[in-house]
Amino acid sequence: MSDINIIVDDKKVSVPAGSTVLEAAKAVGINVPTLCHLDLHDTKMINQSASCRVCVVEIEGRGNLAPSCATPVVDGMVVKTNTIRVMEARKTVLELMVSDHPKDCLACAKAGDCELQDLTERCGLKGDSISGKTMSTYKKDYTPSLIRDMDKCVMCRRCETMCNKVQKVGALSGINRGFDAVISAAFELPMEDTVCTHCGQCVAVCPTGALTEHDHTWKVVEAIADPTKTVIVQTAPAVRVAIGEEFGHEPGTIYTNKMVTALRKIGFDYIFDTDFAADLTIMEEGTELLARLQNFLDGGEGASLPILTSCCPAWVNFVESQFPELIDIPSTAKSPQQMFGAIAKSYFAEQLKIDRKDLVVVSVMPCLAKKYEANRDEFKVDGDADVNWVISTRELADLIKKLNINPDELEESEFDKPLGVATGAGVIFGTTGGVIEAAVRTAYELRTGKNLPKIDFEELRGFDGIRVATVDMDGLPINIGIAHGLGNAKDLLTEMRDGNPRNIHAVEVMACPGGCIGGAGQPYHHGDSSILKARQKAIYEVDKSLPIRKSHENPAIVELYEKYLGKPCGHLSHELLHTTYNIKEKV
Amino acid sequence: MAVNLELTQEKFQELDDYVDALPETKGELIKVLHKAQNIFEYLPKEVQIHVAKKLKVSTAKVFGVVTFYSFFTMEPKGEYDINVCLGTACYVRGAEKIAEAFSKELGISVGETSADGKFSITGLRCIGACGLAPVVTIGEKTYGRLTADMVKDILKDYK
Repeated sequence: MSDINIIVDDKKVSVPAGSTVLEAAKAVGINVPTLCHLDLHDTKMINQSASCRVCVVEIEGRGNLAPSCATPVVDGMVVKTNTIRVMEARKTVLELMVSDHPKDCLACAKAGDCELQDLTERCGLKGDSISGKTMSTYKKDYTPSLIRDMDKCVMCRRCETMCNKVQKVGALSGINRGFDAVISAAFELPMEDTVCTHCGQCVAVCPTGALTEHDHTWKVVEAIADPTKTVIVQTAPAVRVAIGEEFGHEPGTIYTNKMVTALRKIGFDYIFDTDFAADLTIMEEGTELLARLQNFLDGGEGASLPILTSCCPAWVNFVESQFPELIDIPSTAKSPQQMFGAIAKSYFAEQLKIDRKDLVVVSVMPCLAKKYEANRDEFKVDGDADVNWVISTRELADLIKKLNINPDELEESEFDKPLGVATGAGVIFGTTGGVIEAAVRTAYELRTGKNLPKIDFEELRGFDGIRVATVDMDGLPINIGIAHGLGNAKDLLTEMRDGNPRNIHAVEVMACPGGCIGGAGQPYHHGDSSILKARQKAIYEVDKSLPIRKSHENPAIVELYEKYLGKPCGHLSHELLHTTYNIKEKV
Repeated sequence: MAVNLELTQEKFQELDDYVDALPETKGELIKVLHKAQNIFEYLPKEVQIHVAKKLKVSTAKVFGVVTFYSFFTMEPKGEYDINVCLGTACYVRGAEKIAEAFSKELGISVGETSADGKFSITGLRCIGACGLAPVVTIGEKTYGRLTADMVKDILKDYK
């Protein structure tokens, strides 16, 4: 297709047909302000509701102002983005938006990260010149993962687009009209009673404080301050390649060892690594995969393939509520977070000779669904959760800042033993394709008894929403499917349900775009998907830099089985490290 | 009660038959909801969930459409549905006071139905009878140029 030539603010620009005026302006360095618009190219998330009208521009020959985000370019178009008419309209739009917005910005959870606040500053909104009815009609809705404060909603519909078009969960919709219009679940039910998976991607794209994580940092501070408790922490793989952003570093900065020291300064008694538990997950899930595969190859009764990974809690919620037909195929292995909790409160508590109730397990996760997961009844013993508190990457950064700690100035240090010993296979759990690559590394060697000719499975890596590749297990071809983003997972799963034409044996799913690196608890990307790619690159760098890159070679894991668990998928493993799933009919 | 509000199997079947006869269900949500309201008289949760499953759309979306259009109702209407026009012309000529007068007389708010199922009050947008503003319709009857003190007399015809 030929390019279209237009003029934006006296600058000539040539862009492909189908581009928007906003994109054309951007191409010549003109940054038109936007609010509702969001385009995460790599994940094919685009919100183009044109509902906020912040991005309006003047187009020669057109009577009214045009929303640049949703107006396609036409040859010969002459666009002005900064006339007095445009600026006045933009200011009025913002004034109206702010007129019924709660004025508690100083105490808002989104303060400093709020796109509405940035805009009002940029567009010169001085003082509140329009006053009128304030919304304040909606009750806050709390789930273990997130908080919806709809008085702060500006109806940009990003959350709705994310939930329905990208994730294809369908928990949200715009309801009512006029002043009563709001984004809501069906029948205005609390989110916990709906098909919501708690993936939190709505939070990741919300421009204001309407959607935020359920903050648990203070619970952690209280636990640390309690002299009767031993408090340990685990950090997920994706946290280390993102938390640096909160301290002014480039996306993709590997911040592991500064973070470990900061955690020590906060006062945790032991600093452990979820990567250790990821290695443990591979032992259990890999063994289960091999057993199910063998049973399938032998034509065993009830042999069900494909096997689905079960590390991602939002994904588990999704299967439970939307794919009852496939409830039997996810691996029964718990997620690394929950395996860590179960081992910490048994094996490790026994080593410390303390009661499990005196051991507080804290997780730092890139994820909001992990908060929900930790709260599930399946993962509690006599009411005591295996993982007591889950905080997000953002919450950990906030906590570090709250305690006047500057991690840049700290010495680097290592995770503690034994639950902090991990391999490169554990690290790559943080990105799409990583869990299944880690599983294949181990399954190959366990099945064939041979050393892997090549550790890096490039064919499993990448950023495409759905990827299918065949891995050669020393003569046995294994077909692997990978999906990230629940919408892609839904498409792949539908294919499985409808006969599995590509004969896929194993499927990895991560609910968030990019996998955990794009989790809803990570520093806000504000629509810049290059940040996710930088984090992914860093994950593979960490993997490459580690001396051991296969889970079954992790010495702490070997010792755990020798001293405590016996063998993978053995009796004690089943008790501690596996779980069951239940169909949940929800609307 | 004159109106049968039971959610019977026959009614669901009638709705399913209607949907099955459509050449294409994509984009037909509003049409199907019209039919559903026609069959059930109103659109309770059960019906909305049923429509969502049948059309393979999310229940949230169905609920969004039902709450957006004032024609759709989740409350069963009364035997006599009092439609108070709240369009611009009626509004500036005191429609709100008329609605209030009906509310006071019947002890129900706009959007509600009386406990005996006899009356309901519905607020409508412009019905195109601005010359008669403020205007109310009950069944086939239209009452124009109303004042609040006329409300009591109107209701006498129905009680």
